[in-house]
Amino acid sequence: MDLTGSRKIAAPRADVWNAILSADCLKACVPGCTEMSGSPETGFEATVVQKVGPVKATFVGLVRLSDMVPPKSLTLDGEGKGGAAGFARGGARVHLEEDGDCTVLHYHVEAKVGGKLAQLGSRIIDGFAKKMADQFFANLQVEIEGPDDIASPAQKKKGWLNRLVS
Amino acid sequence: MSQGIGAAVKRKEDKRFTTGKGKYTDDIRMENQAYAAFVRSPHAHARVNNMDTSAAEAMDGVIAILNGAELTGDGIGNIICGWAITSKDGSPMNMGAWSALATEKTRYVGDAVAIVIAETNAQARAAAEAVEIDYEELPVAASLAAALADGAPQIHENAPGNIVYDWEIGENDATEAALADAAHITEMDITNNRLSPNPMEPRSAVAIYDDAEDHYTLYTTSQNPHVARLVLSAFYNVAPEHKLRVIAPDVGGGFGSKIYIYPEEIACLWASMKTNRSVKWTSDRTEAFLTDAHGRDHVTKARMGFDQDGRIVGFKVSTKANFGAYMSLFSSAVPTYLYATLLSGTYNIPNIYCEVLGVYTNTVPVDAYRGAGRPEASYLVERMIETAARELGKDPADLRNINFIREFPHQTPVIMNYDSGDFEGNMRQAMVAADWAGFGARKAESAMRGKLRGIGMSCYIEACGIAPSAAVGSLGAGVGLWESAEVRMNPVGTIEVLTGSHSHGQGHETTFAQVVADRFGVPIDTVQIVHGDTDKVQFGMGTYGSRSGPVGMSAIVKALDKLEVKIRKLAAHLLEASEADIVIEDGQVKVDGTNKVLAWHEVGLAAYTGHNLPEGMEPGLKEGAFYDPLNFTFPMGCFICEVEVDPQTGKTEILKFVASDDFGTIINPMIVEGQVHGGIAQGVGQAMLEEVRYSEDGQQLSASYMDYAMPRADDLPDFDVLHHSTPCTTNPLGMKGCGEAGAIGTPPAVINAITDAIGNNDLSMPATPAKVWAALNSAKVAAE
Repeated sequence: MDLTGSRKIAAPRADVWNAILSADCLKACVPGCTEMSGSPETGFEATVVQKVGPVKATFVGLVRLSDMVPPKSLTLDGEGKGGAAGFARGGARVHLEEDGDCTVLHYHVEAKVGGKLAQLGSRIIDGFAKKMADQFFANLQVEIEGPDDIASPAQKKKGWLNRLVS
Repeated sequence: MSQGIGAAVKRKEDKRFTTGKGKYTDDIRMENQAYAAFVRSPHAHARVNNMDTSAAEAMDGVIAILNGAELTGDGIGNIICGWAITSKDGSPMNMGAWSALATEKTRYVGDAVAIVIAETNAQARAAAEAVEIDYEELPVAASLAAALADGAPQIHENAPGNIVYDWEIGENDATEAALADAAHITEMDITNNRLSPNPMEPRSAVAIYDDAEDHYTLYTTSQNPHVARLVLSAFYNVAPEHKLRVIAPDVGGGFGSKIYIYPEEIACLWASMKTNRSVKWTSDRTEAFLTDAHGRDHVTKARMGFDQDGRIVGFKVSTKANFGAYMSLFSSAVPTYLYATLLSGTYNIPNIYCEVLGVYTNTVPVDAYRGAGRPEASYLVERMIETAARELGKDPADLRNINFIREFPHQTPVIMNYDSGDFEGNMRQAMVAADWAGFGARKAESAMRGKLRGIGMSCYIEACGIAPSAAVGSLGAGVGLWESAEVRMNPVGTIEVLTGSHSHGQGHETTFAQVVADRFGVPIDTVQIVHGDTDKVQFGMGTYGSRSGPVGMSAIVKALDKLEVKIRKLAAHLLEASEADIVIEDGQVKVDGTNKVLAWHEVGLAAYTGHNLPEGMEPGLKEGAFYDPLNFTFPMGCFICEVEVDPQTGKTEILKFVASDDFGTIINPMIVEGQVHGGIAQGVGQAMLEEVRYSEDGQQLSASYMDYAMPRADDLPDFDVLHHSTPCTTNPLGMKGCGEAGAIGTPPAVINAITDAIGNNDLSMPATPAKVWAALNSAKVAAE
């Protein structure tokens, strides 16, 4: 399945670029991620716990970054092995476009599943993948911009960028 | 009331089946029993680079984890296809190697790569999940189109272009010439959808190795335990035949899928020897979808030519058949000799040519499934003639009628020689029952309610009673297809019939006993049918292709003939009468016209005491026979289906279904009616609901009942089941067989009815509401 979309983030392009390259940020953004380590050069090792329809599984996998054109575009490829649940594999082509003070993040995601995930969950896998991608990019926005509700400046600091600069 | 031939007696076996007392393979429990689970490929096509079993081996309860290299190292042979097909150019078929446990490559999702033996089922499954395999994924061809495309991945090295064979039958030049002169040609592209067989009981095996005797026993869900033993011995080298006993106890449905000897049974037997434990494996439902041989999956282009009077002058067919990743036991015969030989249908067609391309894909192996080739032929022929009638503006019954075969025997251009039948009589009977003449008024009434009503017919014919051994041998079969029987009369007069047929839902324990009751007038309760055990029954070819009646019961009749000769001789001696005057009836042996009589048990006792036998007669009453059929049998019939389509939603409701069949002699009408009901239900399933779907990368997307739609009671109307019988002329009872007819005749009748309702002939199975709606609306667009 393929997903294409874009999201406007209230941060300069370089900040968005750096966020995508951070293991901490990715851990916070990937839904169900319990562990994330590594670097853009070596790739990130990730553990993700997710439930797809009737199948709940812990996926252990590697995320690699490639085609990197700082700070404009890159490709993320990940494959997770979920043991008996099968496997999930996805790639995202990300393009960052400057828009005044903001950055528009364009993405094109491809995802594939195999094994039990495909056998039992094929009807719901497209919706699930869309939800995962939406959540990821929404989380990314929150991580970079901080929560929408900025009543308290302390809360705003929870954003990844602010943690980085504070 | 008579319990003989023609009596609708209740099934003897149903007491145990309906009270939960059936003994199935999974009910077998051995004292030293361990459990097997299989590690299966999640990829449709991959190289197995490395397997790390260390974590799995350390888990609780794990006894052994065995792989394909060890299996082949122990000399276990590759899985074979038992019917050799020769291509047009004279070359043999390209059979790719199939190891019970994959060694270097996996070729479909579910391909087994290792077997895990553990103390409990849960431990075995958990350990199987913990086996780490480094797969190198390869490009996948999961459909006929993908496997035949330029640059398609090569699935087996010895099958260039993924071609199994390129086979033909009939005369191409004569058929082309006939079509060139035809006044009208009907041309269609027809797809026969891929089905999963779904017997109620999943496959199961209990393998028992006895190291003291160096002897193996296999309990398994088989339709043909002797064939299983033969193949396991002769080809897979598990054990010589006298050291291997195969038992198929109660089996809960087969539909063809339990004919074959699968990797799991082989691996369990071998693992039992390796671990010196009894090994049990029972498939779960997902495994069944992933590994039970699928059925059908054809894509066909066909042209049928007619002269000015509507007579068929030629029929040319080009079919591509999906074999899946490996050649299963009967796979090669299904789209060739079980399919193309039925392309004459019930019609006089002077010229037929058919070519079939067998193709490997990265999917589950495809083999015989209820009907096996004949549903594909019947669907093609009956959709072609119905469509032709619409194109020619003729009544479909009239067009069929002018083409029906009326004289027998009838030699078709494609091997088959039909012995009997009354095709028009059957069709007329069905038309009366369906009130064919009143359809117009019903259609108008539906239209007033905003519904589209349609009616469709199919006049199928099939070939059963497989088969004359010499004939099938000349066509490439690796075995003879006779059947054996042994009849033992005990000293107390009860009778045991040992048969090579196997009952997995067909009711043999009742119908076979009825044949004995009919002969001797003894109650069926005094007759026991013994089957399914290679240590009890000498040999047998098993049950498939509706052969247990025409072939299995014919063997019983032959054995009964021999037994009756001995009983007459013995009785004549005891009653001091001429053999010609001996009458056997009502379970007594009498001298005609006198009051001299022997009770049934007195005959048995005399034979076994041996105190007073005619000179030269051996004691005992036991006779055996092998019956080799003279010809196939040809059940045929006319099915009429009436539907109503909701144009808003595309949903189809079957309003009426009439089946008028010619099965020849019927032993038990109630059981036959049940067979027809089940067959129609499966046919409706194929026509409207069922389809196995794969993603492009070979993942089976319909591997559970959430996505694979089986027919349910509320999808079906009351069936109107009728008979119009002409006895088969080539076997002693005149039987033709009834097991597959429903599944063969139904799909074209249903689709002909729906296409009639929506006014668009371009509709493929399964006719889901979405497809019907789309076909209806594309027809509307075309009309505007």
